[in-house]
Amino acid sequence: MQVPAQFDYERATGVAHAIALLTRYGPESRLVAGGHSLIPMMKLRIANPETLIDINDLDELKGISIASADGADALRIGAMVRHTELLESPLAVEHFPILVDAERVIADPVVRNRGTIGGSLCQADPSEDLSAAFTALHAVAVIEGADGRREVSAREFHTGPYQTVVGDAEILVEVRVPIRPGSGSAYEKVERRVGDWAVAAGGAALWLDADTITEVGIGLTAVGAEHFCAAQAEDYLRGGPVTEERFVEAGRIAAEHVRPTADQRGPEDYKRHLAGELTTRALRRAAARAQHGTEA
Amino acid sequence: MQITVTVNGTAHTREVEPRLLLVHFLRDELRLTGTHWGCDTSNCGVCVVQLDGQPVKSCTVLAVMADGREVRTVEGLARGAELDPIQQGFSDKHGLQCGFCTPGMMMTCRALLDRNPDPSDTEIRVAISGQICRCTGYENIVRSVHAAAEIERAAQEVHQ
Repeated sequence: MQVPAQFDYERATGVAHAIALLTRYGPESRLVAGGHSLIPMMKLRIANPETLIDINDLDELKGISIASADGADALRIGAMVRHTELLESPLAVEHFPILVDAERVIADPVVRNRGTIGGSLCQADPSEDLSAAFTALHAVAVIEGADGRREVSAREFHTGPYQTVVGDAEILVEVRVPIRPGSGSAYEKVERRVGDWAVAAGGAALWLDADTITEVGIGLTAVGAEHFCAAQAEDYLRGGPVTEERFVEAGRIAAEHVRPTADQRGPEDYKRHLAGELTTRALRRAAARAQHGTEA
Repeated sequence: MQITVTVNGTAHTREVEPRLLLVHFLRDELRLTGTHWGCDTSNCGVCVVQLDGQPVKSCTVLAVMADGREVRTVEGLARGAELDPIQQGFSDKHGLQCGFCTPGMMMTCRALLDRNPDPSDTEIRVAISGQICRCTGYENIVRSVHAAAEIERAAQEVHQ
């Protein structure tokens, strides 16, 4: 029987209250959202918070919507959005199908009913799927503390395995993905069995002007990519035409720059191979979607 | 701390430790042992209950997180002696052998039918993909859910 160590429990009633509680209880307190990473870690006594601050009542952190600021639109995803909600979001399907691709292969439907977008990002598991997807989309994380809000690029959000830029008395409130025309995106994952963490996975987002790639994002997870990002492959593609050969070459470049480690999910060379192949496949599908719509 | 959880329509108030898991609250505090306790790691799905209408793995939810919320367990399916259609379906189509996974399977499939009264084979299989059955090979579970859907459709036609 797995039982967490003793802790105190507080239920936050709003973002400001959650920040006040984090401030009062200090670095040994933790926020709990869906709890599907934190509670298992507490049961294994890998995580031993002294105080757990429940943010499930924070309506401010819920919902998926289009936010407009300075004439530019962005998809706003609240930190407390459950995985199921993002998977079924018509806005996600319309604008960023990569998120739907990724959600479909995160854990299983019952876990997705509980787990949250913010929880997954803040857990910062090096094999986490949305971290790669949001990296590909050039998303922005919005973090709130006692002094107000700040925005951090998804590419600067993680500082290492299980570590993020979110401070001890701060809370991730939402993720914003800028909406620009001509986009297509896709996510490809190889897993040992349904619902498992990735052996390797990769997502790609393309923004096209006719057949020219004006902007590109490639996110990789579980393969030791720095900041979940295949920056060299992005640089290679940006500004050039959409061609099969260039997508294959981008995969080769991506594979060259990852640093996978061998574990029970596979040896290093296999993961490196997957990083390249999945990059190419995601690019191919992202381009097809940009050119022919989400059904591609 | 003191919590009040509404389980199958009845409010239960108990003094619990914050670390008590919902599955143990249901089984040990309320003696509702229909919810089973299996892998303890949110993999097997035998502990699935509905929390505010959504199937969740109760081994990975703290009882205090259910304070003020509604839980539905397998004991809340039947109305007196009358089985819920999902129970009737599992009975008619032999959707179980040992029965260990059955309460969790039925709670997930009940929620599926509430949203989708006529699910396809694939939709049923996806819905239960986070739950393990070692007896049926899942074939009879899929048949059971179809049978339950048919029972509900027939009942609706009678009402109309």
